[in-house]
Amino acid sequence: MTTNAPLELPGADAPTEADIYKCVHCGLCLQACPTYLELGLETESPRGRVALMKAVHGGRFGLTEGVVGHMELCLQCRACETACPSGVPFGRMMEATRAQITATTRRSLRARAVRFLVFRLLFPRLGLLRAGAWLLKLYQRSGVQWLVRELRVLKPIKSLDQLEQQLPRLPKFYRPPPSELVPAQGQATRRVAMLSGCVMPLVYGPVNEATVRVLARNGCDVLTPRAQGCCGSLHAHSGERDGARALARRNIDVFLETNPDAIIVNAAGCGATMKEYVELLEGDPAYRDKARRFSALVRDVTEFLAELPFEPPKKELSARVTYQDSCHLVHAQGIKDAPREVLRSIPGLRFVEMKASDTCCGAAGVYNVVHRDLANGILDQKMANVAAAQPDIIATANPGCMLQLEMGVRRMGLDARVAHVVELLDEAYG
Amino acid sequence: MATKTKRTSLIGALEGIVGAEFVLHTPEDMVVFEYDGSIGKSLPQVVVFPSTTEQVAQIVRLAYSVDVPIVPRGAGTGLSGGAVAVKGGIVVTLTRMNRILEIDPVNRQATVEPGVINLHLSEQAEPHGLYYVPDPSSQRVCTIGGNVAENSGGPHCLAYGVTTNHVLGLEVVLPDGEVVWLGGPLEDMPGYDLTGLFVGSEGTLGIVTKAIVKLYPIAESVRTLVAVYEEIDDASRAVSAIIASGVIPAALEMIDKVTIEAVVQAVDVEYPSDAGAVLLIEVDGLKEAVEQESEAVEAICRDLGAREIRVAETPEDRERLWAARKGALAALGRLAPNYYILDGVVPRSRLMDVLRRVGEICDRYDFRVANVFHAGDGNLHPNILFDERIPGQSERVLEAGAEIMQVCVEVGGTITGEHGVGLEKKGFMSLVFSPQDIAAMEKVRDAFSSVETFNPCKIFSTAKGCGEGWRVPTLPDLGPGSFL
Ligand SMILES: Cc1cc2nc3c(=O)[nH]c(=O)nc-3n(C[C@H](O)[C@H](O)[C@H](O)COP(=O)(O)OP(=O)(O)OC[C@H]3O[C@@H](n4cnc5c(N)ncnc54)[C@H](O)[C@@H]3O)c2cc1C
Ligand code: SF4
Ligand code: SF4
Repeated sequence: MTTNAPLELPGADAPTEADIYKCVHCGLCLQACPTYLELGLETESPRGRVALMKAVHGGRFGLTEGVVGHMELCLQCRACETACPSGVPFGRMMEATRAQITATTRRSLRARAVRFLVFRLLFPRLGLLRAGAWLLKLYQRSGVQWLVRELRVLKPIKSLDQLEQQLPRLPKFYRPPPSELVPAQGQATRRVAMLSGCVMPLVYGPVNEATVRVLARNGCDVLTPRAQGCCGSLHAHSGERDGARALARRNIDVFLETNPDAIIVNAAGCGATMKEYVELLEGDPAYRDKARRFSALVRDVTEFLAELPFEPPKKELSARVTYQDSCHLVHAQGIKDAPREVLRSIPGLRFVEMKASDTCCGAAGVYNVVHRDLANGILDQKMANVAAAQPDIIATANPGCMLQLEMGVRRMGLDARVAHVVELLDEAYG
Repeated sequence: MATKTKRTSLIGALEGIVGAEFVLHTPEDMVVFEYDGSIGKSLPQVVVFPSTTEQVAQIVRLAYSVDVPIVPRGAGTGLSGGAVAVKGGIVVTLTRMNRILEIDPVNRQATVEPGVINLHLSEQAEPHGLYYVPDPSSQRVCTIGGNVAENSGGPHCLAYGVTTNHVLGLEVVLPDGEVVWLGGPLEDMPGYDLTGLFVGSEGTLGIVTKAIVKLYPIAESVRTLVAVYEEIDDASRAVSAIIASGVIPAALEMIDKVTIEAVVQAVDVEYPSDAGAVLLIEVDGLKEAVEQESEAVEAICRDLGAREIRVAETPEDRERLWAARKGALAALGRLAPNYYILDGVVPRSRLMDVLRRVGEICDRYDFRVANVFHAGDGNLHPNILFDERIPGQSERVLEAGAEIMQVCVEVGGTITGEHGVGLEKKGFMSLVFSPQDIAAMEKVRDAFSSVETFNPCKIFSTAKGCGEGWRVPTLPDLGPGSFL
């Protein structure tokens, strides 16, 4: 990557001085940071990254290759936010930094091509994403995948091989219910709108189905607006804040139109971004107020259930379960108890807490392809903690985490299945 | 050009010792090593991460032979600038040496490398029913090496003593690269007590590469309570009264009104925002004794006007109370972009008086001050809140600090309890010691380190080219060419 780093970035997102100066460089976040834990270098720590933001902000140097490297190694897991007593809003600072990087550095042709594909084509147009997923499914079901794996065709191209290994086996895709509205079982007490997501319906369709059933069972009329789109979290995390804004505006319009009591999300990463539309659109007078209204309605499905409260399930699931805190649930949304409450309510399910359950598993989109060794190190540490808890089921609350944990299970050869919290509740409703 | 060549070959030599991966030297990377937890800043030229004693020794010998400053560093949470490379040079970061080599439950001791995180040691000792006592508020992140160097304390040092009471022996690389053992696994080793000398030497006498430390049995029972006061004076009186009564609580901490304002924003803890101060008190020991003692403490607190006393009902409650205490300092970042933390010690009988004068001084300078401290030890931590971006504030905050130090010494106290002298308090050494006293200390330092390049300019203000006291340096510009 080559850099040309003008220090004045008019109009571009950048971490604000007020945010930067919240950091008192106490270091209390160090041991919360997965990249610091793995590498032991201050350059790969939250405090170090804030120091770099401050140096760039102060004009001591630009977004040099060195700075960009440290910023891109960040998982954006936001564990540092939870650890920080001073309230440094690291997540939004890193999003802004990534946007700064996008605005000022010239990436390689290949990187630009991939980014165009992902940010301009696939995610903004979910139809295309779906088509891509169909191709993948064809690859898996036609026997080509079997051949590729048997013959180790990809072995010479390590990163592609790794990517191939990571591919989840795509189940039946989620078909949104034929009608936009699934009525509550019995008397409806609430009317909720659900985000169906972009990755979730393709990779974990059953989770969406379970979510709809669970909500309906708990007295909700469940709407799944057809016109909704990707929430924009992938864009926001990758320095495409303007792309994220466009997606946010569309969802705000679509969802507010339905006038719901709550907007339900079962992917923690999406929920976090949607709760932060307020910040994203702060500078947009036309949408600022709408964004505030929208974000105030967003609930993670476990959070929503715990607030209700939900009907206790009756059917026994005899198994040991442990819970991996999804970073964007625990650190970005501050939700720790709700998913545990749901799990503990299930008869026969024995809940065991694993060590460091709120440390990132290393799932961060393409992170584990780009930074393979580091990501594998982080995952292996995670899986060691998982294995020590000896679970039959590993529960979590985000599709990205599910994918990563499934890969971990395969790597370690564990005999455990990965499930979304809401799937287990659905099973226990029988 | 000459320096450039010297620097390049120095980097090459360091890479030869630890591997290129563990030598950092770009301007961007140096910026994240210019600070610690204090207000001092200065850029090193190269940072190296050894993983064995032998590598440390080689690095130290190299620095010695080419006459380049060298500064040991742990997690960089120090509050007196000890790990700041004031004269540039090599920073040796010990965080990779983080193995717990042995836990010996029979003799209740552990042998650890210097980069072991304080809390990790207690976590590893827990299955044996043991823990490592000194618990600085930074214990989640700071290293045993840094603790040894600063002779760190913590809330639970009131009853059981600070770091020096818990270190038995040290493997040390001396400033000339020699590796020696000071002390050893037994309590009373013959000869000079060099371990005692080394603990608290602030990284000026050598680099700790192994430490043998004591572990204590986890108390059978513990009770944590919070006493809420309208006025900080009443809380101060209660502190004196508790200690005078003969009860020695495991911890006795004071949190004042300004600190409460910050803490309640950071941690989910119910401190009443209109309180003048709260005392966080912990009693531990055998079950019956704990009951008796906590009743006695509660009675004293009430007699002296506590408007409310809350007892932690569950381990989670207790954890929250401590999280609030341990996050208190950094939580002050919510009130102002910078704080200057002081570390004076005063006789407990003078607490009330000194706190009042601290308040007056800060009023006069127009600074807000937040007090959160180990009241039971009389170890004050006035934190003066300021904003380095406002011209003149960085200088004035040091002046206000100097006046506070004066007050502490005047009432028979001293200038640091647990954070060390480091950079910004060395100007105050003469308040406490005569020139002869200081000369005696310097003789000791010279016996270990005849070189002026070993963690230079710390503790004493007499060394050449270091200057009196400590000013906040204006940051060097890092344009091309100006680096080194
Ligand atoms: C939020 C916060 C709360 C704190 N609370 C407390 C508290 O309650 N009590 C307390 O006493 N302190 C406290 N401190 C101060 C600090 O955490 C301690 O001084 C701690 O011991 C420093 O450890 P470190 O690993 O960060 O060392 P560093 O800051 O990296 O270094 C400190 C000094 O030790 C030297 N050093 C480091 N490693 C070695 C080694 N292996 N050999 C020789 N010298 C070495 C350095 O040269 C430097 O002089 C607090 C700091 C913060 C930021
Ligand atoms: S981000 Fe927060 S915890 Fe980390 S160094 Fe800054 S103030 Fe301290
Ligand atoms: S977001 Fe996660 S990886 Fe990034 S600095 Fe914070 S803790 Fe580290």
